[in-house]
Amino acid sequence: MMDFFAVHGNELIIKTWEHLYISVAAILLGVVVAIPLGILLSRVPNFADKFISFIGILQTIPSLAILAFFIPFLGVGKIPAILALFFYSLLPILRNTYIGVRDVDKSVIEAGKGMGMSNLQSIIKVEFPMSLPVIMAGVRLSTVYLIGWATLAAFIGGGGLGDFIFDGLNLYQPSLIIAGTVPATVLALISDRFLAIIEKRLTPEGLKKSYEAA
Amino acid sequence: MLEFHNVTKRYNNGKFAVNNLNLKIKKGEFICFIGPSGCGKTTTMKMVNRLIDITDGSILVDGKDIKDQDPVALRRSIGYVIQQIGLMPHMTIKENIVLVGTLLKWTKEKKEERARELLKLVDLPEEYLDKYPHELSGGQQQRIGVLRALAANPPLILMDEPFGALDPITRDSLQEEFKKLQRELNKTIVFVTHDMDEAIKLADRIVIMREGEIVQIDTPDEILRNPANEFVEEFLGKERLIQGRPDVTTVGQIMNSTPVTVQTGTTLKSAISTMRDKRVDSLLITDSDNVLKGYLDIEAINLNYKKANQVEEVMETKLYSVFQDSLLSDTVRKILRHGAQYVPVVDDQHRLVGIVTRATLATLVYDTIWGDGTELEEIISVAE
Repeated sequence: MMDFFAVHGNELIIKTWEHLYISVAAILLGVVVAIPLGILLSRVPNFADKFISFIGILQTIPSLAILAFFIPFLGVGKIPAILALFFYSLLPILRNTYIGVRDVDKSVIEAGKGMGMSNLQSIIKVEFPMSLPVIMAGVRLSTVYLIGWATLAAFIGGGGLGDFIFDGLNLYQPSLIIAGTVPATVLALISDRFLAIIEKRLTPEGLKKSYEAA
Repeated sequence: MLEFHNVTKRYNNGKFAVNNLNLKIKKGEFICFIGPSGCGKTTTMKMVNRLIDITDGSILVDGKDIKDQDPVALRRSIGYVIQQIGLMPHMTIKENIVLVGTLLKWTKEKKEERARELLKLVDLPEEYLDKYPHELSGGQQQRIGVLRALAANPPLILMDEPFGALDPITRDSLQEEFKKLQRELNKTIVFVTHDMDEAIKLADRIVIMREGEIVQIDTPDEILRNPANEFVEEFLGKERLIQGRPDVTTVGQIMNSTPVTVQTGTTLKSAISTMRDKRVDSLLITDSDNVLKGYLDIEAINLNYKKANQVEEVMETKLYSVFQDSLLSDTVRKILRHGAQYVPVVDDQHRLVGIVTRATLATLVYDTIWGDGTELEEIISVAE
């Protein structure tokens, strides 16, 4: 154990950082794109259902295949890895945003509109805060998945903890596989807890209690 | 204040929700729209703040066509209360009350002050300002819903079955509270309901609608007395009509038209024998033209038997009487308030035509409550 750290310690820290970097970048991209898109979709419910099923079908393509497909267009390295992962982060966030916004109590929206809220005010002041817990659940889910999938980034030269796992597989060294897997798992768990705290912070006070009551 | 000119709402499939509606509402008036579901009452109301667009015609608020106004600004200037209450669950009561203030970018101090001011109107303690909607009961929530509509002091308030989802007791107290509030603040209210009792209780005028058209517009009393057609009658329900009828029953219809009388100039002696014959303890005294002069009871005779000779010397001339065509309800009140045993009924020349006794009223009450209402139905058939 000590020997392993003596040899790979530095590398482990660098790879873990890379791994985190790739995943977070992909998630941030996903959040920036999927949440507005989800809100937009909630305005066109007829189209939204079809669109989300379509994205769902796209996501059934094996992730390894997606990574391979991107090589001709984007080459290898971190960027294509981030883009591929971003693509996978979309669906959970998009679907949760859409469902969250769609299921906001219609009477509250009508009351807001009747009071004289513009469309944008309704989204910012009512629909978004009220659907935030559901949206955050989507973000958490996709973060945990993504940190797992990010190991595949190594396959197209994106780096990260996947490097350890692939090396371990190629060299028949279980210790390397474990060195790749354990930090990835720990990373996933920590980010999940971290996001849970953020979720709690962001959830409006009044909603928190009603959720507890319910 | 609020005018509808040939207002029509037609849906894409060509069906009319509201057809050629004309109506003028005065400032400070409390108008109830009522009708079966799908009659267009809610649609009519929602067209006022442009939640639903008008197909044809125009609606004027304070003389200005709503079509020429920005819908968002228009809605901020009109109060709006809905059945589902629709408080923002993620905002405190204070934030909810002054929501329109927030949209209008009031200062923090102004919002704070307005929220306190409003909360006092409904007798809720100030601690409530920092609570969240789910901590309040349904009735309290709708009180806040009403306050929210009042926040920017709009002259016009639209209410869509605001008390419909509350339990009967809460609903009752809120109705009373709100009616009082409306009189104090002198707001114009457009109130949609399907509850006739509510409409009768609250409205200055009721607008009865059916299939997108107005069937009758009148005061609650007038509608109860003169329903425009069978539909209105049916909508009011038999019970309410019967309850409404005693109001239109006149004294003449229920009085006993053969009161025991003696004429002026009769001696006390013969008066007593009349009493004995008719088994009564007092007599009404009329002159030869049958004009009511006064009354005489057994005690007065007893006291003055030795001193006086004729009835007019001892009769009591201070006497409550009612007119033949006055309303029964007023008479009942008179009889009860004065504790009188009976009230003589006179025509417009003050000639005695009959009498209403407590026994008459007792019969009426008995029949209304326990009987099959035969007596009452007779009255109604007479009235018709």
